[in-house]
Order: sequence, then structure tokens, then C-alpha cells
Amino acid sequence: MNYLNETIDSLHEKLANKEITSKDLTQDTLKTINDSEDTYNAFVTVNKDAVKDAEKVDADGIKGSLSGIPIAIKDNILTDGLLTTASSKILSNFMPVYSATVVEKLKAAGAINAGKTNLDEFAMGSSTETSYYGTSHNAWDTTKVPGGSSGGSAAAVANGDVVAALGTDTGGSIRQPSAFNGIFGIKPTYGRVSRWGVIAFASSLDQVGVMSKRVEDSATVLSTIAGHDDHDSTSSNKEVPDYRANLNKDMTGIKIAVPKEFWHEGTNPELLKQIDATIETYKKLGATVEEVSLPTLKHAVEVYYVIASSEASSNLQRYDGVRYGFRAKDVKNIKELFVNSRSEGFGDEVKRRIMLGTFALSAGAYDAYFKKAAEVRTLFINEMSAVLDKYDLIAGPSTTTTAFGIGDKIDDPLAMYMNDILTIPANLAGLPAASVPAGLADGMPVGLQLIAKPFDEQTIFNAAYALQEENKFYEKIPTSLKGED
Amino acid sequence: MISKDEILHVAELANLKFKEDEVDSFVDQLGRIVEMEGNLSSVDTTGVEPTYNMGDTSTVFRADEGIHTQTREQMLENVPEVEDNLIKVPTIVAKEEDE
Repeated sequence: MNYLNETIDSLHEKLANKEITSKDLTQDTLKTINDSEDTYNAFVTVNKDAVKDAEKVDADGIKGSLSGIPIAIKDNILTDGLLTTASSKILSNFMPVYSATVVEKLKAAGAINAGKTNLDEFAMGSSTETSYYGTSHNAWDTTKVPGGSSGGSAAAVANGDVVAALGTDTGGSIRQPSAFNGIFGIKPTYGRVSRWGVIAFASSLDQVGVMSKRVEDSATVLSTIAGHDDHDSTSSNKEVPDYRANLNKDMTGIKIAVPKEFWHEGTNPELLKQIDATIETYKKLGATVEEVSLPTLKHAVEVYYVIASSEASSNLQRYDGVRYGFRAKDVKNIKELFVNSRSEGFGDEVKRRIMLGTFALSAGAYDAYFKKAAEVRTLFINEMSAVLDKYDLIAGPSTTTTAFGIGDKIDDPLAMYMNDILTIPANLAGLPAASVPAGLADGMPVGLQLIAKPFDEQTIFNAAYALQEENKFYEKIPTSLKGED
Repeated sequence: MISKDEILHVAELANLKFKEDEVDSFVDQLGRIVEMEGNLSSVDTTGVEPTYNMGDTSTVFRADEGIHTQTREQMLENVPEVEDNLIKVPTIVAKEEDE
């Protein structure tokens, strides 16, 4: 089974008409994943119980649209009884005793957990190169990174292992790998989806979202996982729309703002050409497009790395070798147990973030760094809201380059951090944002980013669907898969 | 800039330790990142309230009733060392301090 030419609807039809069983579909899926793992390394753990789960769904009967369909889950989302590592040595032996709310909701809808996808350690990175389990590979060019941190989910969807996958996005971790792999990926509004059971990185920025080749499939999955959860007080009570049923590609009268700062001179000109073409498409479809300015964007990376690292340093205090995870051997006392377990269990990038955050929160640095960043964040939120008061969408490139080579940036943390400049704004302001396939630049995929008002995911889905129906990018087969079959 | 002493102090606060050559590369790397973050000082934020939390930050109440979640056995499943149903750790108070 390869999902390149399938959608949730096409699979549901086959399952509902009993042309295939969920068991057959799941067996085929696991075989496809196992066959492609040598090439892509998209998964940390394949779910060996998936076939048993599928048999149960077959026995109960195919019901809703996700019923019986295998979905991949990023490995920083807890799955009861299935190893969950956050791609870190410190959690390499961690077996959850409960599932994240998003996993429970998928299960209740009859979806099958195909396995856990690779990520940068604790979702800290833009390439999956910081994973304890090795780098995943881009479906369009396996010598290139798939992006990150949800790089395993992106590679798995792009190469046809699964029809959709869950990711998480703290500073672009869904949108950047989606752009790099030529797929759709959405980070919902902060509070749209429960974070219960999602391994915390930066609690004021983290959000779970969906990645798929087709816009309509992410719409189906997001409606399934969204909504209030008593376990997460930051999850919203707002009603969850049926994004799939409400899809509307009519762009007449839609107002799009393009921030001039997103067309930065350092951005790949071939990539910008593709983005310009999508903007022209929207005009042709009846949208109005106007240029705006986000002057504080130039400080976005600074604000983000202070806040995200500070929250991470606090969230990651819990890894101490006492109650779960890796425990260092031959220690003399409790302090040495903490220090050695953490120093041996965390990788370099995670240690770097913890150090940065601990510094920004320390006496003497707090006001100049953490508090200052939180104030500039307010300015930035105000700037974004002022634009969205007048426009339905903010549009621009998702990334400044297409996928870069494995090893090209890993030794230069600052260059790696600057990658995130275009995706960070939506996280800082808690806004919904997606990356939509826009075309190819020098043979590699380009993503158009769409940002909307809080809880207006529907407008993003609609605009993404309109573009998808125009460019039909999903028909393109990733280069690494050509010549197969 | 950030000094070697500061790096060692922050490592102590963070319960991390580094080899000598790692500390040197940290001084350089963190120094450059902190310098980048220092650009924030050029932004005028007079009278601007900081944003520390996102979303609806109102207090959430629930009935004061026990909820069954995990069992003791489940909670201990991931503990590296268990003895008599308790989490086992190395010495917390050193002998000489004890006397």
C-alpha cells in the first residue's frame, strides 16, 4: 500500500464498501513503512500491534471517515504501551502508561496508530539532525534534510507511507518540514487542540497539528483531534467546526496581506518566484492582495529563542533520572544522579537550549532577556492583530530556502535558528498557520504560508484548498520515488 | 558577552556538567546567541506589558472529587530502581553531614 494517490475519502470508500479490510490496509502499510525505512528513517518505532487494532476496528464495523485508516504520530506524543522517546536518549526506554488526548480522540474515531515518527530531540531543531535515532531523509532528495522538528512525519507523508500524520509546532516544526517535503501542514490556534500527553517543550508556544498531502485530509483529522479537554486548561471551549464539510474554494472578496519583510533579500529568489505566482493565482481567483509591514519581525528570532529556551529549561527540569527515563550509573549521591543522568541523557542542542534558558531566567539576566522578550512579544502580537483586523489572511513564504543538505548547518546554531524567522511569528502570537505546496524551485518543494485570525482555521483550509485545486501539486511524485513501482 | 565563570554558574543551576573543551565552545556559541538576543535592548518597550501566557488565562475550577487515573503499579513501571514499591535513589544526605 502506498498512499501517494489516496485520500482519506478514497480509503474510506474502499473500507466502507468492503473492497479492503482495515487489517489488509494496515498490514500493507506496515510493510511499506518497513521497506522504506532504510531510505528515509522516518520512524522511531513502528506499531507492531497495529494489525491487532485494525482487526478490532474491522470486527466493530467501519464507521466514521477515519475508521480503519492508519495514521502516523510524532514521537513526542504519548501512546499508551508504545515507546515514546521524543527522539532523546533520556527517554529511550520510556513506556507511557496513558495516551495523549489527541491519540485517544484518533482511537475513538477508529484510526489506527501506524507508528511513531522521528523528530529533532525534544522537537528542538529544524532538520531532525539532533535526533538520538539519526537523521530522517527528504522524500525529494535523500541527501537533504526533511526539515524539522516534525521531519519524520513529513517524510512519511511525502513518500506515501501514510495518508496523514500528527506533528507538533513550537516555532515552525510542522510548517517548515511540510514546505521542505511538498505537503500541506497546519499548526492550529493556540488552545485549539489539547496538549495533554504531549511532551512539553515551550508551553506558551507548543501546539499539535496535522500534515497530509491533501488539504481536505488535514481538515478531517483536525476536526477529529480539536476541542476542549478538561486535562488542559489552555484548551478552548470554542465549538469545533467540520472543516472538511465546510471547505469552500471561493476566494472572491478574501483580503490577503503580504508583509514586505517576508520578501527578504536573503531569501532564495527562485523560491520567491513560486510564492509570487501563488499570490497571482489568488488575485485571479478574486482575492484582493495588499502589501503591509511588520517592522518588529526583525526581532522575532530573538524573542523566540529567549522565550522558547526559558520555557524549555523549566519544562526539562523534570528529567532527573529518578522516576522515569535514563538513569546514570555509578553515582555517589543524589546531586550526581541528577547531573550525570541529564548530562549523559541530553544531546548537545537540548543542553544548549537549557543553558540559554537558564541564563535568561537567572538573577541579573531576567529583566534584560526574559522580561524584555515577553514585552517585545506583546508588541509583535499587537502588530499581527492590527493587520488581521483588516485582512483575512497573511501570506508569504514558509521558509527562506528550500531543504538544505544534511550536515550543512548543524555546526552553526545561529544559522539554524535564523531558518525559523518566517514561521515563528504565528507561534509568538498564537495564531493558526499552515504551509501549502506552492511549486518547485530547482527541483525542491516550496511552501506558501497562510496565517489567519485566532480560531479561523477554516479560512486557511479554504485558501489552501483553492490553491491546491489550481496547482494540483499532489500529483507530483517526489524525486526519490520516481522509477519505482 | 558571557564569561566562562558565567557558563559554569549556569551549568550548575541547570544540573548539567561539561568537559573542559565543551565549556570553551559553549563560551563562544552561547556568547554569540546571547549577543543576538541582546538586540532586543534596542526596542522601546516603555509601558508595554509582558506576554508570559497564551490563550484564555482565567482560573479553571472543578469539583473537589477524586479521579481515578493510574494505579501505583503503573506509576512505578518506568522507575529505574524500585524497592518495596518505593523509588530507590542514591544517598541524599551524606554520612558525615548526618553525624
